[in-house]
Amino acid sequence: MAVTTENLPSGEQERPIGFGRLKRKEDARFIRGKGNYLDDIRLPGMLHAAILRSPYAHAKINSIDTSAALAHPNVAAVITAKDLETLGLAWMPTISYDTQAVLAGDKVRFQGQEVACVIATDEYSARDALALIEVDYDPLPAVVNARKALDPDAPLIRDDKQGQLDNLASPTWEAGDEEAADRVFAEADVVVEQDMIYPRCHPAPLETCGMIADFNPQTGQLDIYNGNQAPHAHRTVYAHVAGLAEHMIRIRCNDIGGGFGNKVPVYPGYVCAIAGSIVAGRPVKWIEDRSENLMSTGFARDYVMHGAICAKDGRITGLKVDVIADHGAFDSTAQPTKFPAGFFHICCGSYALEAAHVKVKAVYTNKAPGGVAYRCSFRITEAVYLVERMVGALAMEMGVDPIELRMRSFIAPEQFPYETTTGWTFDSGDYANTMRVAMEIAGYDELRREQAEKRARGELMGIGVAFFTEGVGAGPRKHMDILGLSMNDGADLRIHPSGKAVVSLSCQTQGQGHETTFAQIVAEELGIPPEDVEVRHGDTDKSPYGLGTYGSRSTPVSGGAVAIVSRKVRDKARLIAATMLETRPEDLAWEKGRWYVKGDPEQGVLIEQIAARAYSGEPLPEGYEGGLDAQVIYDPPNLTYPYGAYIAVVDIDPETAAVKVRRFIAVDDCGVRINPMIVDGQIHGGIAEGIGIALMEVITFDEEGNCLNGSFMDYLIPTALECPDFELGATVTPCPHHPLGAKGVGESPNVGTPPAIVAAVIDALHETHGVTHIDMPCTPARVWAAMQGRPEPPQ
Amino acid sequence: MQTPAPFEYERATSLAGAIAALKAAGAEARVIAGGHSLLPMMKLRLASPERLIDINDLESDLAYIREQQGEIRIGALTRHAELLDSELLAEHFPVFRDAEEVIADPVVRNRGTIGGSLCQADPGEDLSAVCAALKAHVVLQGPSGERIVAMREFQLGPYVTVVAPDEILTEVRIRTSPGAGSAYEKVERRAGDFAIGAAAAALEIEGGTIAAAGVALSALAPTTIEITRAEELLRGARPSEELFEQAGGIASEDCAPMADGRGPVDYKRHLAGVLTKRALRRAAARALQTEA
Ligand SMILES: Cc1cc2nc3c(=O)[nH]c(=O)nc-3n(C[C@H](O)[C@H](O)[C@H](O)COP(=O)(O)OP(=O)(O)OC[C@H]3O[C@@H](n4cnc5c(N)ncnc54)[C@H](O)[C@@H]3O)c2cc1C
Repeated sequence: MAVTTENLPSGEQERPIGFGRLKRKEDARFIRGKGNYLDDIRLPGMLHAAILRSPYAHAKINSIDTSAALAHPNVAAVITAKDLETLGLAWMPTISYDTQAVLAGDKVRFQGQEVACVIATDEYSARDALALIEVDYDPLPAVVNARKALDPDAPLIRDDKQGQLDNLASPTWEAGDEEAADRVFAEADVVVEQDMIYPRCHPAPLETCGMIADFNPQTGQLDIYNGNQAPHAHRTVYAHVAGLAEHMIRIRCNDIGGGFGNKVPVYPGYVCAIAGSIVAGRPVKWIEDRSENLMSTGFARDYVMHGAICAKDGRITGLKVDVIADHGAFDSTAQPTKFPAGFFHICCGSYALEAAHVKVKAVYTNKAPGGVAYRCSFRITEAVYLVERMVGALAMEMGVDPIELRMRSFIAPEQFPYETTTGWTFDSGDYANTMRVAMEIAGYDELRREQAEKRARGELMGIGVAFFTEGVGAGPRKHMDILGLSMNDGADLRIHPSGKAVVSLSCQTQGQGHETTFAQIVAEELGIPPEDVEVRHGDTDKSPYGLGTYGSRSTPVSGGAVAIVSRKVRDKARLIAATMLETRPEDLAWEKGRWYVKGDPEQGVLIEQIAARAYSGEPLPEGYEGGLDAQVIYDPPNLTYPYGAYIAVVDIDPETAAVKVRRFIAVDDCGVRINPMIVDGQIHGGIAEGIGIALMEVITFDEEGNCLNGSFMDYLIPTALECPDFELGATVTPCPHHPLGAKGVGESPNVGTPPAIVAAVIDALHETHGVTHIDMPCTPARVWAAMQGRPEPPQ
Repeated sequence: MQTPAPFEYERATSLAGAIAALKAAGAEARVIAGGHSLLPMMKLRLASPERLIDINDLESDLAYIREQQGEIRIGALTRHAELLDSELLAEHFPVFRDAEEVIADPVVRNRGTIGGSLCQADPGEDLSAVCAALKAHVVLQGPSGERIVAMREFQLGPYVTVVAPDEILTEVRIRTSPGAGSAYEKVERRAGDFAIGAAAAALEIEGGTIAAAGVALSALAPTTIEITRAEELLRGARPSEELFEQAGGIASEDCAPMADGRGPVDYKRHLAGVLTKRALRRAAARALQTEA
């Protein structure tokens, strides 16, 4: 049963003016292959960069000889750390106030680290010349296991940092109340502890990272073409790093072939492209290949976790968590400044706990840096995985159905706004209701009967449940910034004389459908057709400042901005309408697309007529400056808290241990749905990613720190064949403080899916094989090992 | 973008011309057929041939599946997609369809060829195990004429075959017989991936007794591996669950898997047993026409 049939407007049916199912405007070009991705852009005189990368995870660099590469006839320049030092670009700041080598000078700290950059007339020559660079390395022992990074005899990775004597990347960060938690645990009836790993995985956008930098030595203008998730913030960073004037930098985000958090950071390759263009005085294009993307750019997760959970009188009362975060060689994890472990402390979950305590410390290892928010609001994926696995383990220990335990422990609707034990204020929710909708779609009781029958026949079937609450839409200026920049977003709306509109946004789409969703918001607020609203984004010269698209923040933050800017325009239109109708503004009432005289609805003017008037020679209201436009910056008062109930049904081959996801039920409450079809699409994509993470995706290293998953041969991403027909459902609890009642949904499915699938795998094996936990990915070999009674953490 | 090192390229217009071109170019030249093994290796710069001789224009000579002299003969340029679709093959050797359904994806299957698959000799490649279980022979053409090699002698090691640098594999030959049944079983990490382990089985059953048996494994040893001890056990025996279980046990012992990202040795040995048993079970059901 697929509950995803599209209710598209047909001939007889009206197209929605405003919210509703609407085919995505941008797809007309995408499905015809007419998108404009970075590699489609060719500038006159453009050179190409390629990067030489370290074959070692940890090694001292004795010397770099570039002479043979420079002698290659098509090579224009070879850049090393020495050259960058003269430009002050050898090191760059990371998002987390650490420093990262742009090109390694002293030593290499992970396999795949950038060592030198060749600039040549074409990309083939650039790559050919890489083989001509000779680097003399002294290999050093590597740190690959986060648990051993702080051993006294562990080799020191960050000897570049003054005063750094061990591999601690950031000191222990805590949330909640440890004493209170200890008390609750002491009084508990049941306590369960569990070690688990959220393994290192990778967002793996199909379009890899790249940039064209075009520095004009005559004017000092730097034009950048670069598909990234936060163009305005990037421009500010380049201004600081390269010492260039911010107003002389323009970033244009072309169409982006997926970001998923991977396109949030500034990468060494970008700085090399900029440096290359400054050195060569010509445009320089750099695009990494697949292996470079997987081996060197922002990975996700890599949390080694220990959890303890307890219950009293049949409900969950307390949680304690201890985490080691593996940051790789440089700390470039993505999160707001005041939250070094991101939003991980939302791991108290959707439950009314009496106390919780969370400890996170982070270590350096000889692995690629990252820790990006891969389709999750700053570590919420890890948090939800932890708590949902713990709740699952507790239910198993108590012998209670996992849904029953959740139902008993949920925060109740009347408790909202709810202050969690770790400091969040959840805005709204009716968790039990959403859980029940999921159970109904699944036919939960029937599934349990089927499972029992199959078990009797020796077949292995599992049912897994996950319930999540996310905090998305970072965030309120008083609590959140990144690199000192407030996490607010702007919107700028202009209505042209013909009534057509252009809305400019500070956030940047990577496939989320912004060109449609944001047009629909303006359409809803002003009552003009969405096709009459052009959404402009991704060009720093043509859009207001803001922090971009990640952490499911576009609709919660920019969506709020667009709603408010539309209302501002509507209010302006009211003044003009009053003049046109020769009455007072307060005597007018609004209906979609039109101001009319209260009590005399025939007397009214359309927004188009008002726009025409705004630019005409006819009289305007006293003091009105003309035109019909507005600009706002939106500072959200709180995060929004979408939630959902997910149920997975898996079958496991008792002999080969291969796992098949037979059904997947996802009921999301993301508040008001602007375009339910786009919401469904986001959920489909996220569930697919979640299936990949749960079943096959992992980045591992051998003892020497060699990355074992540097191509799509070894880093598997799921296909349609691994995905069942997704069965979606919805409940709608509007966000009380968001101008539209919307909450953001892009990341929910990636957050909720892995714990549901892992729970299903464990559920299939618990009774027959005594399995109580298995770490991801649930590959046949790893599931088989668990069935043999020796589950193993990933390498 | 992944970029190969520089190379020269030539399109052959005849088989003789291709062989002559190979001979002229020496050891650094390579035939390119579907390119789905060779090009990825070149792009990763694991292979850097100096010259490619493209044989894709020889389809009229080298792409066919036909029945001739008690054999099925398959031209080397026959694509995976054609092997998958062939009713003739499905009728005589359903093991091909079983395997082709799980080889790569439609894009790869539209180009990749049986000749390229066998000559690549990737230990995880599927058609080598299929051909080995079927006791196929291959025809090699070189400057001094033609030779016929049994699959058993074809692979010399991982990625190494008896094909000389100036030879081209032109045809695969498999003897047909009544009472034959065959099947392929594969476990993969994800659709389209190379096998964690796979087993091909071919049986000829005459009067309730197994007259001939072939068992070969993919991805469970450094090369495609024939499980001769299991074949000996099967020959002359009456098909039964216990027999197949026993044959699986032998496969499990005689395979020589290596630990890698697909799994550890113990799991792979376990798979060898399970998959051999399952493939034999299905092959027998097909031979006896009792398949559910
Ligand atoms: C994504 C992907 C997934 C895959 N999955 C699988 C899988 O699951 N199972 C599987 O079995 N295979 C798989 N393959 C490999 C695929 O089947 C290849 O296409 C096939 O193995 C090689 O055939 P080709 O015609 O493309 O050979 P090419 O790449 O053209 O050639 C391969 C080698 O054989 C040589 N060669 C080719 N033809 C001849 C000839 N007639 N005579 C002499 N030498 C010759 C070439 O010189 C080269 O050395 C996969 C490939 C890809 C890209």
